Amino acid sequence: MNRKMVYFLVGRILLLEGGLLLLPLAVSLYYWDGGQIPFLITIALCEGLGLLLCRVFRTDNQLMFAKEGFFVTALAWLSVSVLGALPFILSGEIPNFVDAFFETVSGFTTTGASILRDVEAMSRSMLFWRSFTHWIGGMGVLVLMVAMMPNLPGRTIHVLRAEMPGPTMGKLSPKLKDTAKILYTLYIIMTVLELVLLVAGGMPLFDSAIHAFGTAGTGGFGMKADSLAGYSPYLQWVIAVFMMLFGVNFNLYFLLVLRRFKSAFRSEELWTYLGVILAATALISWNVRPMFDSLGDTLRHAFFQVNTISSTTGFSTVNFDEWPTLSRMILVLLMFLGACAGSTAGGLKVSRAVLLFKTVRREIRHMLHPRAVTSIRFEGKPVDSTTLISVISYFSIYIGLFAFFWFLVSFQPGFDGVSNFSAVAACYNNIGPGLNLVGPSLGYWHYTPFIKLVLAFAMLFGRLEIYPMLITLSPSAWLKK
Amino acid sequence: MKIILVGCGKVGVALIGALVAEGHDMVVIDSRREVLDELTNQFDVMCMEASGADCEALQEAGVDRAELFIAVTGSDELNMLMCFLARRQGAAHTIARIRNPQYNDKSLGFLRQQLDLSMSINPELLTAQEIFHLLKLPAASKVETFSRRSFEMVELRLKEDSPLLGQRLMDLRSRFKAKFLVCMVQRENEVIIPRGDFILHAGDRIGLTADRTELWKLLKATGLAKRQARNVTLLGGSRIAFYLAKMLLSSGTSVTLIDTDRAICHRFSDQLPGIAVYCGDGTQQELLQEAGLLDQNAFVTLTGMDEENILVAYYAKSQKVDQVIAKVNRDEMGRMAEQMGLESVLSPKDVVVNVVLRYARALASSMGSSIENLYQLMDGKAEALEFIVSQEADFTRIPLRELRLKRNVLIGGILRERKAIIPAGDDVILPGDRVVVISGQHRLNALHEILL
Repeated sequence: MNRKMVYFLVGRILLLEGGLLLLPLAVSLYYWDGGQIPFLITIALCEGLGLLLCRVFRTDNQLMFAKEGFFVTALAWLSVSVLGALPFILSGEIPNFVDAFFETVSGFTTTGASILRDVEAMSRSMLFWRSFTHWIGGMGVLVLMVAMMPNLPGRTIHVLRAEMPGPTMGKLSPKLKDTAKILYTLYIIMTVLELVLLVAGGMPLFDSAIHAFGTAGTGGFGMKADSLAGYSPYLQWVIAVFMMLFGVNFNLYFLLVLRRFKSAFRSEELWTYLGVILAATALISWNVRPMFDSLGDTLRHAFFQVNTISSTTGFSTVNFDEWPTLSRMILVLLMFLGACAGSTAGGLKVSRAVLLFKTVRREIRHMLHPRAVTSIRFEGKPVDSTTLISVISYFSIYIGLFAFFWFLVSFQPGFDGVSNFSAVAACYNNIGPGLNLVGPSLGYWHYTPFIKLVLAFAMLFGRLEIYPMLITLSPSAWLKK
Repeated sequence: MKIILVGCGKVGVALIGALVAEGHDMVVIDSRREVLDELTNQFDVMCMEASGADCEALQEAGVDRAELFIAVTGSDELNMLMCFLARRQGAAHTIARIRNPQYNDKSLGFLRQQLDLSMSINPELLTAQEIFHLLKLPAASKVETFSRRSFEMVELRLKEDSPLLGQRLMDLRSRFKAKFLVCMVQRENEVIIPRGDFILHAGDRIGLTADRTELWKLLKATGLAKRQARNVTLLGGSRIAFYLAKMLLSSGTSVTLIDTDRAICHRFSDQLPGIAVYCGDGTQQELLQEAGLLDQNAFVTLTGMDEENILVAYYAKSQKVDQVIAKVNRDEMGRMAEQMGLESVLSPKDVVVNVVLRYARALASSMGSSIENLYQLMDGKAEALEFIVSQEADFTRIPLRELRLKRNVLIGGILRERKAIIPAGDDVILPGDRVVVISGQHRLNALHEILL
């Protein structure tokens, strides 16, 4: 393996993180809230370490294969999270390392699960950095690096493929760099659009930025104890709609920009996604109608909660843990489904679910008609068996790992199975709030440090779609030369 | 520059690698999924699984915004069809690989015109030309081709005893009774575009064009290329051998061919008068002796087997033949042979890649102006610019000697309906002509700027 190149790229990522930290530094300078020194120290560490890595591991052999791609991705995310936790520790706002690491991983992986007992006690700049990690992690640090790095080494596509969610990666333009730039441009435009709509609805600028970052990355860190419950219906609608939009494959937005409306609206995944949202909203509205006064309120809360879960964001307008079992069950199922591939959301992804469903249907048909020849079609094209096998094996490993994490979390004394189950589901699928003891009105602070670390790794596994973390953490990858 | 390429065979992949390295935006179309999967991993390109003759797929690949469309599938007919479709849908320039000799005869010009092809590539013909240049030119010289390869310019250095020295250029033309033109002279790092009264010195590096048929005889007559091969043995009756033998014979070189297949031997002997053909196994030393290998001053191995080509080339080298050239299809083999001491190893793939790369460069540097193509000459100190003469131009139908041109500008060639003209004072420019202008310093953006 080309280790030098891997460490060199990790160094580049750290340099980039140092640059990104300038923004929260500016916020802390503006509010003068005590975050200046911690951010300065972190920036210095990022740049120093980044320069060191880039200097020591400078190499002419820039060849990278799939394995290097996985390694870069996993190591970059780990190191970015460790360094990103420093401001919280240095400022004393989250003094414990495990807690700070959990919070930062939760931020970068756009989970939104928090160990904070009182979020409103945090300083402004720390709140900003916490939400800004959502925004960075949503589209991905490596995508950002590819968009900004002057000359890309060969085969960088492996890095991008390891970071971009979804079963296959489609390029938007011939050059990888341009693809990454297009993605970030769309991302920025949509974030700014939401920001403007929120400010227009009377939300203060700082709050709007926090919530726009949280929505764009489909993260879910808020700044109030009751998340979004205290904001006006208009603001809740805006955020609900944007959560839905950020759960759509970004390639479709690019097709819209290119004015290829037909191909954009032909997407099978999009219609399935929207159909699921509609059905879930209708069912939950019917189920919870006695709890609200008006139809408008019922629809708004149902629609918001469905989108917050299916887009894996994790904001809330009500404590949905108090809802009837049927509604809570629907939400748990949505946690696993997730949103579209190629979006900033987590979960299994709609396209994988559709392919799994079609494969199973075909297998059942084969049992009845052993000689029937059927091909599986998705997005209007036949899907080859390699893709199907990779989807099925991803699903198996996804379920297997889920069971493993659930088992590890059950070491926590005093927690019931539902809480643990929903905690793992919420972290693994990058959602945030779960049910019972980890419901929207509570948090993750009860867990022991060991369980917190387990959940933090569950988030990383979920965000990077298992393989990069799994391969990097397997002993054989390090033992072999 | 946006380039679409269809067909990811050996040449296709080599082209993709070279063009991506130059920084072009590439969309690659092929119908084989496995090939594309590997390509996306290897190169920074966008891959599409489709047929290149599928109009909708071409549209999706953005053919209307493509500067260059390259078709290099295995089928000539498909390549032509795809280029036609691409051109109709808005691709600015098209290149098709057309290797069947049937299309490469007289009909090629007509085909190219009707399909509006910017260039057709015949790998065998190009390789033959490359070998021809290697055989006929002194080591340090270079051949540049312009205008769909209709003009050739040879860059070489004048020796002390050259008969071109000491006379005005306008007198040289009548003395050698050949249509040729000295387009540029590099003298002590300065590039001069010479007028009729210019006198050449020893040590000058000159760029010389002439009518294709006369160029090589002229080089010989003027003593510019003294040590050219006079008798050449070709091993293997491939298509390359056929093209090469034809060129060599017409330049007055004697050619001997060895092949095992009697039918091939007969075809060569029937179609190429003057060639000596031996039927037998080229690896038999006896036969090589009989064919007079030792007396030859050049030996070219062109069989379909790389190993045989390399091995026989070694043997010829050990027998003190002056110049030995081996054709190799697999690059790796070629590199190995070069490391082991064979100087001239040629792969048709590399030749094609170089030709297309040069064309793409010329295209990229002419973008945004009315220049059709722009070629850098003399290490970038001079340029050859290609223009198409518009119907409204006011300098047409006037003899060139009456046109008042700027200093350091010269009309190096006129292409009129596939006919290449090396212009003299009484030639005229007509609307619709392609004109190659050689310019010394200033960048020209339109053809009328050559006038004072």
